[in-house]
Amino acid sequence: MNGRKIKDQFGGNLMLVLTVLSGVLLVLMAVGLCVKSSSILSLKSPGALLFSGNWNPLKGEFGFFPFIIGTLWVVGVASVIAVPISMLTAIYLAEYADRRIKAVVIPFIDLLAGIPSVVYGVWGVLVIVPFVKNHIAPSFGTFSSGYCVLTAGIVLAVMIFPVIINVIIEVLNMVPREVREASLSLGATKWQTVRSVVLRRAMPGVIAANVLGVSRAFGETMAVLMVAGNVAMIPKSLLDPAYPLPALIANNYGEMLSIPLYDSALFFAALLLFVVVLFFNLLSRAVLARVEKGIR
Amino acid sequence: MKRLEENIFKVLMLLSTAIVISSLLLILGTVVVKGLPALSLDMITKAPGGGYYLGGGGGVLNAIVGSLLLASGASIVSVLLGIPVALYMNVYCRRTSKLASLVRMSLDPLCGVPSIVYGAFGFAIMLSLGVRASLLGGIIAVSLLIMPTMIRAIDEVIRLVPRELMEASYSVGANRFETVFKVVVRQTLPGIISAVLLGFGRGIGDAASVLFTTGFTDRISFSLLEPVATLPLAIFFQLGTPLPEVQQRAYASAFILTVIILVLSLSARFLVSRYGKHTVK
Repeated sequence: MNGRKIKDQFGGNLMLVLTVLSGVLLVLMAVGLCVKSSSILSLKSPGALLFSGNWNPLKGEFGFFPFIIGTLWVVGVASVIAVPISMLTAIYLAEYADRRIKAVVIPFIDLLAGIPSVVYGVWGVLVIVPFVKNHIAPSFGTFSSGYCVLTAGIVLAVMIFPVIINVIIEVLNMVPREVREASLSLGATKWQTVRSVVLRRAMPGVIAANVLGVSRAFGETMAVLMVAGNVAMIPKSLLDPAYPLPALIANNYGEMLSIPLYDSALFFAALLLFVVVLFFNLLSRAVLARVEKGIR
Repeated sequence: MKRLEENIFKVLMLLSTAIVISSLLLILGTVVVKGLPALSLDMITKAPGGGYYLGGGGGVLNAIVGSLLLASGASIVSVLLGIPVALYMNVYCRRTSKLASLVRMSLDPLCGVPSIVYGAFGFAIMLSLGVRASLLGGIIAVSLLIMPTMIRAIDEVIRLVPRELMEASYSVGANRFETVFKVVVRQTLPGIISAVLLGFGRGIGDAASVLFTTGFTDRISFSLLEPVATLPLAIFFQLGTPLPEVQQRAYASAFILTVIILVLSLSARFLVSRYGKHTVK
């Protein structure tokens, strides 16, 4: 009898410890990244790191501006492509498609989410790079190697389709049936109902879903590394190469320990990504939780 | 007018859905068309020979073995540390527990943190422990990467276990610990296994988190303290060489990786749909 009680107590306490540990992992990560980037932050102000364009690790110059702008370009292009397409697809699947189509298409989209980033990269190199080089750039009368902002944006957009679509479908499914029926019974068409009633009610959630997807694009590394071109300059057009932050971190892991401050600078870049993604995530999750409560 | 707008949007919606589906088909198609012809028995049965990256003989068995070791190690760690958390939050904590909701709130954003950041964080841990790039380092980083997602997935499965079932267990004299392992885990086993398989798949496919932490080697290594090769990095390095023969092998490796991932995610799905229906709802 006693043994059972001890097991219950001991097991419970052990599980409590693990639970608390997993709860503070987020804090540990933030602290760890801060500690590691502290040696560069003690020498240079964050403003100088963020807004200076001089990148020359050998001379101790670490200006992240070109990489930040490169990240914003690539993520921007990805959002412009992914947001409308994902929204329309999600609305179709949630509101229009019949059950058999849904039963096939939704698992199929989930499959898209499981494909590793490096395979997206291979696809980008084999299909999108030549397409941009041979068809898109010549049709604008310019030359591009194909390894550029546009290519990276397209590959990233495809990668975030499933994230946005899944969350929007979930949000739309929360809108009660009665709301739709009330609108239809007043003589509204299906599309009017979707646009003016369902979407209006679900709008904060739909926006949050998009933010969640875009935040995923910020940190994507391998695929972007393989197709973005990785030239440390500020891109002037969609057909110029870019060098986003995650690619910078991934590309320089080899030499970072041999140059002073380099590792600290790269940890600062990781901290930057962590903070940006965390901010977007917390924001959109808070909105989604509120939508879930309010919509029902 | 009403009809026109409706029709325009219907066409746009169908077009978007077609774009999403065809991009997936295009990816799978590219991997199959380019990878399958380049695949040979040597690719999956041999480690790289001398001058492999210059077109010499050999295969990527080192990376297949390394990836399997890494993903298995990380999955075992995540299961051992993660399942208790999910169980605790649902059985030991009350429905309205502050602790449980706080832990969930901190795990959710962790699921969205990019894998390169996990790689950097794992690298920082390794530096402070004095571990060099090795299988162990990779297991640390990849466990951290897959644990939050795994805990939340299992948490969602266990949440669906009816309270009455646990109460029935208590009423025949079982304590919480016994209820956890004899009732709740058995009830949710298909869901738990499917979450673990998906975590395994994420671990095997991720490259950014192993870049700093695992290193790379052309040998087949089983030691925890030695670097091991991983499939995603093998693909990346082979594709980075200027030689078409070696790039062919990158396509073949991408095919192998994709097949592994598809098998994992299809079996996870199959498990839930096949065995999920035997559980009490």
